[in-house]
Amino acid sequence: MSAIKIPQSGMEQMQAAITTADTPASSRSDARVAAHPPRSRITLPAWLGDTLMRANAVMLFIFLYAPILILIVFSFNDSKSGVNWSGFTTRWYQQLFQDSEMGAAAFRTMQVALVSTAVSTIVGTLAALALERFRFIGKTIFEGVMYLPIIIPEIVMGLSLLLFFVAVGAQRSLVTVTIAHIVFNIPFVAVIVRARLHGFDKRLEEAAMDLGANELETFRRVTLPLLMPGIIGGALMAFTLSIDDVIVTQFTAGPNSTTLPLKIYDTVKVGITPEVNAVSTLLLLASIVLVMGSLLFQREKKGK
Amino acid sequence: MAKTQTAAPKRGLAGWLRRSSGAQAFGLLLPSLVFLGVFFLVPLFIVVAVSFATRSEYGGVQWSNYNLDSYKSLFTDFAGGFDPLYINIFMRSIWFALLTTVLCLAVGYPFAFFIARRSEKWRASLLLLVMIPFWTNFLVRTYAWELLFRKEGPVNGVLQGLGVIKDPLQMLFTDDAVVVGLVYGYLPFMVVPLYAAIEKFDFSLIEAAQDLGASTFYILRRILIPLTMSGILAGSILVFVPVVGSYVTSDILGGGKTIMIGNAIQNAYLHNGNWPFGSAMSIVLMAIVTIATVIYFRVAQGGAKGEMI
Repeated sequence: MSAIKIPQSGMEQMQAAITTADTPASSRSDARVAAHPPRSRITLPAWLGDTLMRANAVMLFIFLYAPILILIVFSFNDSKSGVNWSGFTTRWYQQLFQDSEMGAAAFRTMQVALVSTAVSTIVGTLAALALERFRFIGKTIFEGVMYLPIIIPEIVMGLSLLLFFVAVGAQRSLVTVTIAHIVFNIPFVAVIVRARLHGFDKRLEEAAMDLGANELETFRRVTLPLLMPGIIGGALMAFTLSIDDVIVTQFTAGPNSTTLPLKIYDTVKVGITPEVNAVSTLLLLASIVLVMGSLLFQREKKGK
Repeated sequence: MAKTQTAAPKRGLAGWLRRSSGAQAFGLLLPSLVFLGVFFLVPLFIVVAVSFATRSEYGGVQWSNYNLDSYKSLFTDFAGGFDPLYINIFMRSIWFALLTTVLCLAVGYPFAFFIARRSEKWRASLLLLVMIPFWTNFLVRTYAWELLFRKEGPVNGVLQGLGVIKDPLQMLFTDDAVVVGLVYGYLPFMVVPLYAAIEKFDFSLIEAAQDLGASTFYILRRILIPLTMSGILAGSILVFVPVVGSYVTSDILGGGKTIMIGNAIQNAYLHNGNWPFGSAMSIVLMAIVTIATVIYFRVAQGGAKGEMI
């Protein structure tokens, strides 16, 4: 039982942090604290601690971003071995766009991502509505099951689906990959939409009803538009997770359903190629854009 | 099945839903119930069943012959004698996960503290900068370290340029490379909950303690760390759990030499076709994850009680 409850607190932590990122400490008046940085008449002078922390922060940001920047730089490096810088080129990208296998893999990735995002967004939103607005028997258990896919080792999720598809006699294909992606996306959408519902002003719905709207109109004209930033945020996050997934896809894909990350994985295991640097850069930029979009949509909720 | 909430508003969608709540709640939950039930819970039960089943000749599963052989072969070799191979793999994975957790905590705590002490505008931007890599392609980011760690790569180049080393180091395909990759991959899981806890911390407590003559060490040990323990624990569990079951990092940066549980499971499944053995290892992996979360829960609850005194 306790094991089931953990993922919630874990996700709540993440969610709390995501939400705080949106509205930095609007609840806490810290003007006083900011005016008086901790002064110290003891062992460690405050400036020393602050300098060390500043240095640590700078180093960590270098640590977080250096690999990403190096990858992008090397994707424009005009050298086959990619060891030394031998001038700027875009030929790896040109090669990439002529590579029909890469193109097919990219197309499959998009198909899976679009379908799994659409289904998981609808299913996850409905679940979020139920979990946020109702109290029912077995709710705790259901919440546990709901968030379990987030905490369970991805490899176990992948192989369990492989066994399931074999057991029911389903050929592994893009369909099985899509089903797998829907499963791991539902909890993420539910968490994000639920966070949006949590701060929902129910009086707006009441006002709509008072003004003569019926339930369906109220839902369509008031509830849904107000929820939309959360839903779009969740959808973009699901899309990102889907185009990035390797592990679950590896177990559920058949011979003709290689997605882009799988193709990269297979290539990377053999060695470094400039073409992989280029496709990796594109994938990286795609997910950065999508996530920024997602966070922007989620942030809008506090904009009033 | 469902009870209506007390103090429910009478109008609006909420009111409408609540008036006929049982059917409504069930209707809203039905799709996810079906999806997660059929494609998540049922497959997990199959894993348990397969772990007790027998491998068939051609690499599948004999669904009729159940025994404990797969679990036995975790400790034994083909001849049935004691073999620590898999025990070592499990111990190494737990060790890597602990090391990664401690390293993330060591650099992540001052980092989160630093962010929490910035002005409002900076805090949001800095936290966003931490989150962005977290949401980008894990595989690609791990692969980028392969570029950095190469013999002719930038890290060796910089070290040689500074005169720290003469000959390039073999960094790729070592245990150290794997741990660096793991810290890199999971650091945001640590920083985010730590930040959430430190951000709520009342910094005037530090001033009060200082005014009363407390030393830096005393403040850390008796005030800051206990009051941000929820973040420390949440971050630790969020790092430990995925790392212990990871395999992409050790696959790419360990070059097949550093085998973690995930690699062993992947081998059993995708290369050796020994599904029962792979399932047995998965069950043990989930047991480790469950034990870790139970410990987390116990400690977190104990801490919450302590804070109230």
